[in-house]
Amino acid sequence: MSGINFRNNGIRFDLQWVASWIDPGTKVLDLGCGEGDLLQYLKTHKGVEGTGIELDQAKAARSIERGLSVLQGDMNDEIGDFPDQSFDYIVLSQTLQQVYEPDRLIRSILRIGRNGIVTFPNFSHWRIRLQLLLTGYAPVTRELPFQWYDTPNIRVITIKDFIKFSKEVGFQIIRSAAINTYEQNQKGELISFFPNLRAAYGIFQIRKR
Amino acid sequence: MSEYIENDPQGISVGLVEKKFFTFAEPSEEMDLESGSRLGPVSLAYETYGAYRGDNAVLVCHALSGDSHAAGYYTPLDPKPGWWDLMIGPGKGIDTDKYFVICSNILGSCMGSSGPSSTNPLTGRPFALEFPVVTIGDMVSAQKQLLDYLGIGKLLSVIGGSIGGMQVLEWTVRFPEMVESAVPLATTTKHSALAIAFNEVARQAIMADPNWKGGNYFSGAVPSSGLAVARMIGHITYLSDESMRLKFGRRLQDKNDFSYNFDADFQVENYLRYQGAKFVERFDANSFLYITKAADYFDLGLQHGDGSITRAFAKTRVKFLVVSFTSDWLYPTYQSKAIVRALKKNGADVSFCEIEAQWGHDAFLLPNERLTEMIKGFLERVRHQF
Repeated sequence: MSGINFRNNGIRFDLQWVASWIDPGTKVLDLGCGEGDLLQYLKTHKGVEGTGIELDQAKAARSIERGLSVLQGDMNDEIGDFPDQSFDYIVLSQTLQQVYEPDRLIRSILRIGRNGIVTFPNFSHWRIRLQLLLTGYAPVTRELPFQWYDTPNIRVITIKDFIKFSKEVGFQIIRSAAINTYEQNQKGELISFFPNLRAAYGIFQIRKR
Repeated sequence: MSEYIENDPQGISVGLVEKKFFTFAEPSEEMDLESGSRLGPVSLAYETYGAYRGDNAVLVCHALSGDSHAAGYYTPLDPKPGWWDLMIGPGKGIDTDKYFVICSNILGSCMGSSGPSSTNPLTGRPFALEFPVVTIGDMVSAQKQLLDYLGIGKLLSVIGGSIGGMQVLEWTVRFPEMVESAVPLATTTKHSALAIAFNEVARQAIMADPNWKGGNYFSGAVPSSGLAVARMIGHITYLSDESMRLKFGRRLQDKNDFSYNFDADFQVENYLRYQGAKFVERFDANSFLYITKAADYFDLGLQHGDGSITRAFAKTRVKFLVVSFTSDWLYPTYQSKAIVRALKKNGADVSFCEIEAQWGHDAFLLPNERLTEMIKGFLERVRHQF
């Protein structure tokens, strides 16, 4: 296994990967930005002009305290007010599985941004498949650590599903990566062979067709 | 707002401060008001804290009953500091070690700036209702004259809550080139019918007081009972159902049973009477009429965007931090969100947070670490980008 180490660590591995796809000096909107780790990283290391949307009041306030532009609110509502093509990148990291109307959100993302970057936990990972097969219980994993009755994750998505979804909704996949992470998600590796079976997360850069 | 002022628990303060005066619009150069009237000379009471370094000026705008005394003490014996001392001072949210803070008493008030209790130079008597009706725009234009006099060409930030927040919004559209960033707190671009209704009842209480005498009460008794009732109504709107339940509930004041007369039985009655009586000692009834009217007239979209706040903020380059409070029923969160929406449509740099607070509209004046830290972080950012 060859672990990939990005230079300036301190943010989640999938976000480091996302950051590596973002050009310096661009405008970025981070949907569900949490305490603004990605935005802070992009601002410091890439001179990015960032905006975040975060539902949780404490996290939104923390981001603002750090000197970031962040709007507290529901991304599904907040995304509607931005003008067309007003960002270079819209990031949706590990949230797609919690969205009620994913196709509508993806269309909104591609309306206001030239690129979307979407990451999600891959539900067809062999560990998940094996758990269900061997135990008969709904899988609980490190990436999806919830019981069926208390999970915010209302959808199960696989890497193959997302590719199929792109054709149905009608957007382009510019590039993709499948990764595994370890050490509190700070480090990870790229999965090239059988990603749908072996990767814990899928990362996709998408554009309008 | 004075009921909340407390000495800093850690004793941190900007120290001794001085109220100063600036007079402009001398005869023949009177100030043109939005109503079409002219006014002059115009005096503004103001205070400044910290040192001006060319790029660090922060204008603080006060609300209905506030004044220029935003922080510090006039003398070492003052029992209480300025009204926003918990936010303004060394190392505080608005750090006077870093920023040059200016606060001036609004036009129409009675705390040192020209208002209906000022002397009319034509008659030698107080203006009373001969004082022209002023608007939020007029208040801001007067502040602009003060800044010109102080030699401040650009403000790092304009910050204020409630009616102070209206001035902040007005600044960003009236003199956008002078404003780098803005922090409107617990405010609105226009009063709802509910807010106008409360103000009108308060004004009626003053005007129904037999001592009001059409505003000419300067030689005899002042309309203190009318002004006290006006203040009581105001206090109800500044609190919230939840805060009143927690603060008073149905508890009785110094008694175990009802008095079966019309004394203040309940604590909430006693509180309102006390606040009303205290307000009368320091505020002028006519000023209350003028300032509430200015707030009712304020309509940013109508006055600057042909009815649309999105147009009013068109292409704004001002950076915004908009804050509302969950229990504010005078200017509820949806009104702040409307500001945010209009700014987003213009591609503006805007941050927004709705702070969980049980104390109603007045929450912005109370100690709140989250608000303090957000303002501090926001100012720090705009200072580096300025």
